Amino acid sequence: MIDASDVFEAFKPHRGDAIVSTTGTAGRYWNDFSENERRDVSLGGAMGQTTSAALGLALGLPDEKIVLFDAEGSLLMNLGAIASIAGMKPANFYHILLDNECYATTGGQPVPNAQGIDYAMMAKGAGYAATYSFDDLEELSTSMGEIMDETGPVFVSIKVNPEVQNLPIGLRERRPSRGRAETIDTLREELGIS
Amino acid sequence: MVHQQAAILRPETMVAEFKKNGVTHVVTIPDSETNYLYELMEEQDWLEVVPVSREGEAWGTAFGLNVAGKVPVVLVQNTGMLESGDSIRGMAIDAGFPLVMVIGYRGWTRRGVIADSVARYTEPFLNAFGINYYLVEQNEDGERISTAFEESRATSRPVAILVGDEYHGFNR
Repeated sequence: MIDASDVFEAFKPHRGDAIVSTTGTAGRYWNDFSENERRDVSLGGAMGQTTSAALGLALGLPDEKIVLFDAEGSLLMNLGAIASIAGMKPANFYHILLDNECYATTGGQPVPNAQGIDYAMMAKGAGYAATYSFDDLEELSTSMGEIMDETGPVFVSIKVNPEVQNLPIGLRERRPSRGRAETIDTLREELGIS
Repeated sequence: MVHQQAAILRPETMVAEFKKNGVTHVVTIPDSETNYLYELMEEQDWLEVVPVSREGEAWGTAFGLNVAGKVPVVLVQNTGMLESGDSIRGMAIDAGFPLVMVIGYRGWTRRGVIADSVARYTEPFLNAFGINYYLVEQNEDGERISTAFEESRATSRPVAILVGDEYHGFNR
């Protein structure tokens, strides 16, 4: 298992100009590492649908690399999306799954078959152009450059340590973050989309 | 017979309305009533068809396309619209962008009793979500499609076109 923050540290040098979106509990740490928040976009809003929104973004911006840090609980709610993504073959899409084997935000209950699912194998079977699987930080770090040079759609499954939230919602630490609409407006401005 | 043929909603009408309104992508799951429309859309070099695995995906995918500056349409059957409730809420209504949703109105009829429960729930569902809609049954209704596009652009909200199934026009 790898800390989610270490995943982002490993990814950061290889980001380039990629547009980055995150979902799930672990994804919130990306804000601590991003050095280009104008290209960070929030696409969440319905259970499991960030994956599909990222696909739409990749199809609409074929000249931009789109990186989605997904979560396994989210992906399981919209698993057919991997077939949809593979079918459209977006060469610019990098689908990175942070698999903490649980619903960390609701107290750490395990997702179905939490330790028994090989998500990279599922993505490979669905037809992604390249798939990877990691549970060792050093291997991940040395492979990240190669991953970002691949032609997509690429799927990367990473086992991460859960950071379980047990406090009532109102008592949890509030991390500063921009709202969805603000991130979209900024991204469009950055890309010259009216 | 002649009257019935004249009443058909031709797939060409729908595609022409898409082109007139600048549609770039149709996010869809095919159904039995729209097969010829699907084939016709695939033939258009200005239009990309995006098949999804389950209707709930369609709204998120359309949202992402909108963020990218594209003009998506969602084309699904009413059964799939019901399946999509939370996605419609979060990725279409709350996202606040113009989106025309073309909904196959399975089970709808002007004659007799509506036996298919999905037809009975379709309009109440749209009303519950506050989504305005236009019934389109035949070619003469084609202007209503542009009306829906204009309304969605003016309100930055989803607007539905309910495609009446009575004449099975899409099957020719």
